[in-house]
Parts: sequence; C-alpha cells; structure tokens
Amino acid sequence: MKNARHILAMLCALVVAAAVHAGPAAAETIKIGVAGAHSGDLASYGLPTVKAAELVVNDINARGGINGKKVELLIEDDVCKPEIATNTATKLISQGAHVIIGHICSGATKAALPIYKESGTIVISPSATNPDLTQSGDYPNFYRTIASDDAQARTEVDFAVKVLGVRKIAIIHDKGDYGKGLAEFAKTFVEQSGAAEVVLYEGVTPGAVDYSAVVQKIRRSQAEAVIFGGYHPEASKIVTQMRKKKMETIFISDDGVKDDTFIKVAGQYAEGVYATGPADVTANPLAMAAREAHVTAYGVEPGAFFDNAYAAALAITHALEQAGSTEPGAIADALRTKEVATPFGNIHFDERGDATGVGFSVYQVQNGQYIQVQ
Amino acid sequence: MDYFIELFFSGLTRGSIYALIALGYTMVYGIIGLINFAHGEIYMIGAFTALIVSTVLSIYNMPLAAILVLTVLASAIWAGAYGFTVEKLAYKPLRKAPRLSPLISAIGMSIFLQNYVLLAQTPDFLPFPPLIPEFAFMEPVSGVIGSSELVILTMTTSLMLLLTLFIKFTRLGKAMRATAQDRTMARLVGINVNMIISATFIIGSGLAAIGGLLIASHIGQINFFIGFIAGIKAFTAAVLGGIGSVPGAVLGSFILGLTESFATGYVSSDYEDVFAFSLLVLILIFRPAGLLGKSSAEKV
Amino acid sequence: MARKRTIMIFLRDVRGALLISLWFMFLTFPIMVIKVNPIERTVVWRWDNMAYVGLLSFLLYLAGRQYLKYRERRLESSRRQSMEEKTKRFLRRLSENPVPAYTLMAVAGVFALSFPFVFSTYQTNIMITALMYVVLGLGLNIVVGVAGLLDLGYVAFYAVGAYSYALLNLHFGVGFWFALPIGALLGMTFGILLGFPVLRLRGDYLAIVTLGFGEIIRLILENWNEFSKGPSGISNIPRPGLFGLEMPLETAITYLYFLMIGLVLFTVFVVRRLQDSRIGRAWYALREDEIACQAMGIDKTRTKLTAFALGATWAGMAGVIFAAKTTFINPASFTFLESAIILCIVVLGGMGSIVGVILAALILILLPEYLRAFSDYRMLVFGAVLVLMMVFRPQGLIGHRRRTYTIKPDAGRSGNAA
Repeated sequence: MKNARHILAMLCALVVAAAVHAGPAAAETIKIGVAGAHSGDLASYGLPTVKAAELVVNDINARGGINGKKVELLIEDDVCKPEIATNTATKLISQGAHVIIGHICSGATKAALPIYKESGTIVISPSATNPDLTQSGDYPNFYRTIASDDAQARTEVDFAVKVLGVRKIAIIHDKGDYGKGLAEFAKTFVEQSGAAEVVLYEGVTPGAVDYSAVVQKIRRSQAEAVIFGGYHPEASKIVTQMRKKKMETIFISDDGVKDDTFIKVAGQYAEGVYATGPADVTANPLAMAAREAHVTAYGVEPGAFFDNAYAAALAITHALEQAGSTEPGAIADALRTKEVATPFGNIHFDERGDATGVGFSVYQVQNGQYIQVQ
Repeated sequence: MDYFIELFFSGLTRGSIYALIALGYTMVYGIIGLINFAHGEIYMIGAFTALIVSTVLSIYNMPLAAILVLTVLASAIWAGAYGFTVEKLAYKPLRKAPRLSPLISAIGMSIFLQNYVLLAQTPDFLPFPPLIPEFAFMEPVSGVIGSSELVILTMTTSLMLLLTLFIKFTRLGKAMRATAQDRTMARLVGINVNMIISATFIIGSGLAAIGGLLIASHIGQINFFIGFIAGIKAFTAAVLGGIGSVPGAVLGSFILGLTESFATGYVSSDYEDVFAFSLLVLILIFRPAGLLGKSSAEKV
Repeated sequence: MARKRTIMIFLRDVRGALLISLWFMFLTFPIMVIKVNPIERTVVWRWDNMAYVGLLSFLLYLAGRQYLKYRERRLESSRRQSMEEKTKRFLRRLSENPVPAYTLMAVAGVFALSFPFVFSTYQTNIMITALMYVVLGLGLNIVVGVAGLLDLGYVAFYAVGAYSYALLNLHFGVGFWFALPIGALLGMTFGILLGFPVLRLRGDYLAIVTLGFGEIIRLILENWNEFSKGPSGISNIPRPGLFGLEMPLETAITYLYFLMIGLVLFTVFVVRRLQDSRIGRAWYALREDEIACQAMGIDKTRTKLTAFALGATWAGMAGVIFAAKTTFINPASFTFLESAIILCIVVLGGMGSIVGVILAALILILLPEYLRAFSDYRMLVFGAVLVLMMVFRPQGLIGHRRRTYTIKPDAGRSGNAA
C-alpha cells in the first residue's frame, strides 16, 4: 500500500509539472505550418512545397522578417492520408501555427480543414485541386494557388473537341480521388458540348500488371482520342501498350501526367501525347529566380508543384505583411484585395478562395519535351 | 471473334505472370504451410536487380545476348539469395511458434523490404529497358499479341514444365515432396529438412524474379511498390487452384487472368477485381480446398 | 585452459560474423551499392554503403551471439531465475493477489482520466486513434484470437460502420448516437453475410476469402459513385454531439476521448464476460480442435457465425467513431494494409489476451506517430520491429493464460479422510 501512495504522489507531481509546462508560450515569431506528404510513396509531391516555403521564409527572415517579426516554419507530415491529416492539423494548431501552407492531397485537405476552420486558421494549398474545396462554400478559410479540376477538365475537353476536332472520345481514369473526379467532369463537359460523344468510360486498377484488355477495348470503341484522368505511371503503361499495338489514338491527360518522369518512363511512346498543366512560367523572372535559388540551395531542379507552392508562400507572407497582424479576418482581407507578384504574375484571390489568373495550358510532348501548344 | 481472341491472349499473358509468382507461394505453402507475404517483395527485388544489372552492362557496351543472359542469371541469383535470407531471419526461428506468428513476421518483412528499396533506390517510377526485342515475324499479328507477350507465354510454360519434371524426377524434387507430405517422417528417412526448405525458398524466389523481369520489361516501368498488388493476385490464384499444388497454381493463375481480361472486355474494368474475388469465393464454396487441392478428410 | 577455450569460442564467433557480413555485403550489393539512372545511362557506385552494411551486420551478429550465450547461461544456472520466469511470476502474483493489480489499475485509470487535461489536443487526438485500434483489436481478437478464424478482411466491417454513419447523416441527417447502434448492427449483418459462405472453409482458404471480401467492399465504395460518392469521399461529417450542444474543437476532442475510454471499458467488459461464457468456451474449443468440438455436440455453424458477427459489431462501432473523428472518409482509408495492422495488434498482443491487445494497439499506433522524427525510416523501423517482436516473442507480448482450476493435493487427502 505504501508503494501505491508513492506512485500516486509521483503521478500527481507529474500532472502538475506537465500542466505548468503546457502553459502558453510567448508568441514572438510568426509561425507558418507546412503540411503535406513528406514521406512514403507520395513524398515527391509534398517535399517541393517544403523547399519552396523554406526558400521564401529564409529570404524574408534575411530581410528582417514580417513587420519586424521573424517567421518560423512548422513542418509536419500527413502522408496524404485523411486520418493522419487530422492529427497533423491538431498538432500544428497545438503548436500555435498562425497560417498553414498545405495540404497537398485533396482528401487530406478535406479532413484537415474543419479543424483549421474551428480556430479560424487560414489555409493555402499549392496542389489540392478538388472543386468542392472552394465551390461548396464549406471552407471559407481555404485558398489555393492552383486551378480546380473542373477548370482542367474544361481545358482538356475544349482542346480535344474544338482544336483537335475529335468526335469520339474514350475517357479512362485510375479510380482515384483525383483521376476519377477529373474524368467525371470531362464526361459531363463532352456530353454538354454536343459536338462529340463519350464512347467509353472506364476505370483501370492502378498498379495492375497489364492493361492490354483495356487497350483492346479502347481500340474496339473506335475512339479518336483518349482523355485520361490520373497519374503518370498508369498513363505511360497505357500509352506504351497502345502504341505497341499500332494504335495512333490521340492521348490527352492532366497535370498528373505533365511531369518529366512520364517522358522518361514512356520514352519514344510519349511523343505526341497532350497534357494540361499550369501555365508555362519558365519565362517569368520571379519563377526563374526561384528556380535558381532552389538549385543553389539544394543542388537539384525543383519538383512537382514548386511554382504553385512558391506562389502560395509569397501570397500568404505578403498578406501577413499587409494585414499587419495574424488576425485571420485581416489576412483574408489582404489575400482578397491586395495583389501579389508571384511566378504566375500578379494574383489575388476571389471570394471562394481560388487564385485569379492561375489557369491551365495544353502541352504536347515533342522531341522528348513538353512544349506549350495552347 | 477477333476481339475474343485478343482478350484471350491478354488474359493468358496476365495469367502467366501470376503463375510465375504463384508457384513460389504454393511451393512454400506446400512445405511449411506459411503464406509468405514477402514473396511479392522478392518479385520486386528481382525486377530491380534486373534493371540495375542490365543498365550497368549496357553502359559497358556488352552485346545484347550477353546482357540478356547475365541479367536473367543475376536477378534469379540475387532474388534467391534474398528468399534464402528472409527465410533464415524471419521464418526459421518461428518454426515451432503459434501458427499466426510467422504470418505477422512475413507482413513485417514485406513492409521492411519495400521501404528498404524505397530508401536505397528511389520512390519514383523508373523506366525499365525493353529487354525483349520486337521480333520481325510477329509484325503481322502485333495487334493481337506482341513479342513480349509471346516471350512471356513461352518462358512461363517452359519454366513450369521444367519445374514439374524437377519435382517429379530429381532427388531434390522427391525430397521436397516427401517433406511436404510429412516433415517428421522425411527427417527420419534422412532428408535434411532445413536444406529442403531453403532450396524451396530459393527456387520460388528465382521464379518470381524471372516473372518480375519479364513483366517489368513488358510494361516498361518499375517502382518499389509493384510487388504488393502482384503478390496479392498471385496468392489469390494459388488459393484458387488449391494452395500447395503446383499444377493448381498454374491453373488458378490462368483462370484468374482470363476472368479479369474477359470481365474488363465484356463488362467493365471498374469491377475487374470484384469479378476476380467473387469467382474465388464461388469456387471455394463448392470446392473448399481449391480446384486441384486435395480436400483431405481430417483424421481424428 | 578455460581461458583458451573462451578465446577459441570468441574467435569462432568472429569468423562467423565475418562470414555473415560478407554474405550481407553480397546480398545488398545491387540494391545498396549501385544506383543507376536508366535514362541518362549513368551509374553511381556507393561503396561506402557496402562498408556500412558489412560493419553493421558484423557487429549485430556478434551482439546477437553474445545475447544468446547470455540467455543460455541464465537458463543453465538453475539457482537464478530467468527473466522470463520473473515476469511470469510477477504476472501471476498480479492476478492472484489483487492489491498490486488494483493499484496498477488505479494508476492507469488516473492517467487515462487526466490525459486530455495534461497533454495537448494533438496528444489527445492521437490517443483517440490508438483507442480506436484498441477496440478494433479487441473485436478482431474475438474472431482470430479466441475462435481461431483467420480474418484478413476485417477492415470491411470498419468501412461499413464508417460509411453507414456518413451516408445516413448525408441523406437523412441521422446523428452520431443514433448511427452508432445502426453501424454496429450493419457491421453484424455483414459479418453474418460473410460468415455464411465461408463456414466450410478452413485456415488459409478462409484468410484469402476474407481478404477478397474486404477488397470487394472497398472496390464497390470506390466505383459506385451514386451510392458512396466514390473516391472523392464524404466530407463534413459531424462530430459526436451532446444533446445538441455545439462544442469548440478542443472540447469536442476531449469529449470524444472520454467516449472512446468508455467504449474501450465497455468492450473489455463484454469481451471478458464472453470469454468465460458458454459461447466463449465453445470458441476456444473450436480454435483448438474443430472435430473434437463437433463431437462434443457444439453447434459449429452457430459458434462460427456468432464469432464473425460479434467481431464485426465492434468494427462497425469503431467505424462510426472513425467517421465522426476524421469528419471525412474515403475508400483509401480502408485498404488491406489496415486489416494487416489490426491483425498485427492481435497477434503481437498475444492471441486472446485483452491486456496484450491493448498494449500492442498502443505500441503499434503510437510508435509511427512518435517515430515522425525519423520520417523516412519510420516504416522501415516499423517492419523490422514487427519481425523482431515475432522472432523474440512468438507467443505475443502477453501470452494468454486461460483460467485454470487446480485441485490441491491436501484438499483431496482431507476429502478422502472425511
């Protein structure tokens, strides 16, 4: 029994000590949370955002911070899983993050947003493209520097129907959050256009060992063009098998495919493939400077969504500076009204949280490179 | 009719890939009664080894034939070595443990190997060089069946024939069958059971590696995660045919491949896996030990 | 003489270690040393990695040998008790002598009750996740641990629970408290639905069919957009309410935490009662020997079905809470890996042991969270930990000790005398 009393006393002491320890820390710095997939198979989509945030923040701190306050980054991994993302979000809130750059995947973003909404924290994502995020009105604290899926699907369909003039379209997707959402929009837009018809609408299983049955089905449907919603691994498998079977069907895809890895993996078969992606910013001086800074700092070319992330980091820090405080209403106001110079040119955000002036262009693989065609 | 034949060949191709992986599952299961979840990872490591070896050799300008032979040998040898080591580390200490413990150990091994390749190599997809050339004589029928499909089919069939002959007629094969039937009895008649188990793992892993190499060359890309889905499918095929039986694994693989192909072709690829698994459930309801598995009446 | 022998043995160990390190250097040669870029056709030779592998395996082998020898020596010396016996005796003392057990429980209770007030919201939040897996583990424990039916598709029932709340709420505005029993009931129904066709199957055939069943449920949720909104998932699922009270986030999380504590206690209570009941004993009998079990007149069909149904009920409930906790669900949360993790909890805990399952769930779920610092290496470590735990404790953390009845010899003698 004596033992038990000891343990109880010790526990009480522990409780008191921890409670004292958990007291509020002095908020001398501005804390920006960076959340996304930083490990696992989707890390290559999340890490460039961390790098972009680091570059922007180092720059700001070197110039004396935002309104005299240093900026601190809180970097947390969510592996792109909704259930982990809620933990990530509560952790960032617990640590006192004032604004968030992230999350990377739409699903994880949707799971995390209610938690940020509760505390009024502003969230700005470089890559969550699900239309609901801005269009449903459920997430007034959400902003993004990338256009939504429906805009992208619109670009793809318009290009296929109006520019290429195809009449029969097969729509294939990878059954995923992103790919299937895009495919659904593409299907609706093709049907609405009246100029073309959807002759095949199918989902393929990502990671399957072989897609020849689907390829045969595309051939049989006599589609003139395939619109594919999904990522580059499946796209390159399908394109390769189509070309090996001597099919010349036009292949149009999304910014999950507009990645240099696609060209590397599909090799000669990638030639002629169309893909939509964020507008070409290689000529923008700000984008060029960002890329150069990345190469000097990390020794390699930046990865996926780097420009969007860089724009997001610039926009949010600019808004913090303009607002003069970390009060969410003031930041939101600044995001909506004050123009900010980014790699995409001067942008601000509309009522729903979408950035104006961030659109999609169409690219084509020509001689092993993506060339903007529209 | 053409469409039917096309689907038939694409089903056969899928089936023969599953078969090469399923053989490893079924052999291991037959001998120690373990679902070797890390087997799909061995397939992946085989494919990675093939990529590495063939790229290095082609950089040193070796002739194509030499590259082919050396790549096949290297990937089979290293995959065999991995299979051997995995068995010694993760399964052998658990021979006498409760039945589910080796299964968890296998799941752990599978997670470990995936992340090992992810960290030591890359999380990205890598292009796989086309090791199988496009034959000129296949040109007229390339719409139906390509060169790589033909190679996969012939390779699988001949490997399977060899394996069957091996198990039937060689000393080692006979010892394997004896060990599968009764481990204690096999030991009593002087069979080195540990050696037989290792040999089984090595042969199964080598076959999986050849499967990995063929399919990677066929679809032209690999990453660290390819073993997972292929492994699950092959395991399904092995059970479908009756796990523990070599011809059963082959039969199950072809049935599974064909079902998926026809389901995609005539219904929708949205539900191809639903068809595959429903077929499995149906077959097992009517034949609880799989198609060729012996449903031995349990003795009391 | 003796010294010479020890040196000889040590030398033999060093030789063994050298051979082992050579083997691992050979084994990891292509993957660890060579890194090719197939497009630019360049090769990087990372020889330093080979040195690390060699050194590491050399040292690990020596350390392992020393540990084994140490253990052997401990076992040989009969006067001293081995570590294992000590823990065993400690546990037995715990169960026989209630005072320290109660103290321990009181400490755990105080810790559990004060947890959300002491630690941050984040800690509470991950603790909720861990508790959810405790419930899932205990539920699967009924099926796998107690009844011995290997279920690799347990996550299907979890998904059923989660989607039943999400969909009922979306279409009919059904609240959390109403959805909880519905989720449990639906879970049970699906458990029976799966149970019927697989009654005849044994062992690993059962495993693969349940795996298939889990995949089928996930694929339907993924493909049937009209029903489940497909892969884009369902968002804005309300958190559990308290008589329509609106709560700020932190309170809501604390509330959910206590709800989970309540559910865990309830689960433990029910599982304990079940294990010692008539049906529980039938499950054990079924696990040990199906034929003997039938010969004893136990209705095999009913016994198996109740195991499936009851296991699935808990998964259904946990699913409802999962949906309420994350407020967003999509089919990607219900993959085979999830089933595998829950199974790991059961086996790692020691099949059939309640305390073991609780410990294992806390370890397996909290470990990756706290391993965040290792980020890249955490899944590698996780896999290795699973293997090592199984190799060193194949019976699980706490092997289940069935209630035993012993007839004391003197009691028998005195009985004779009377």
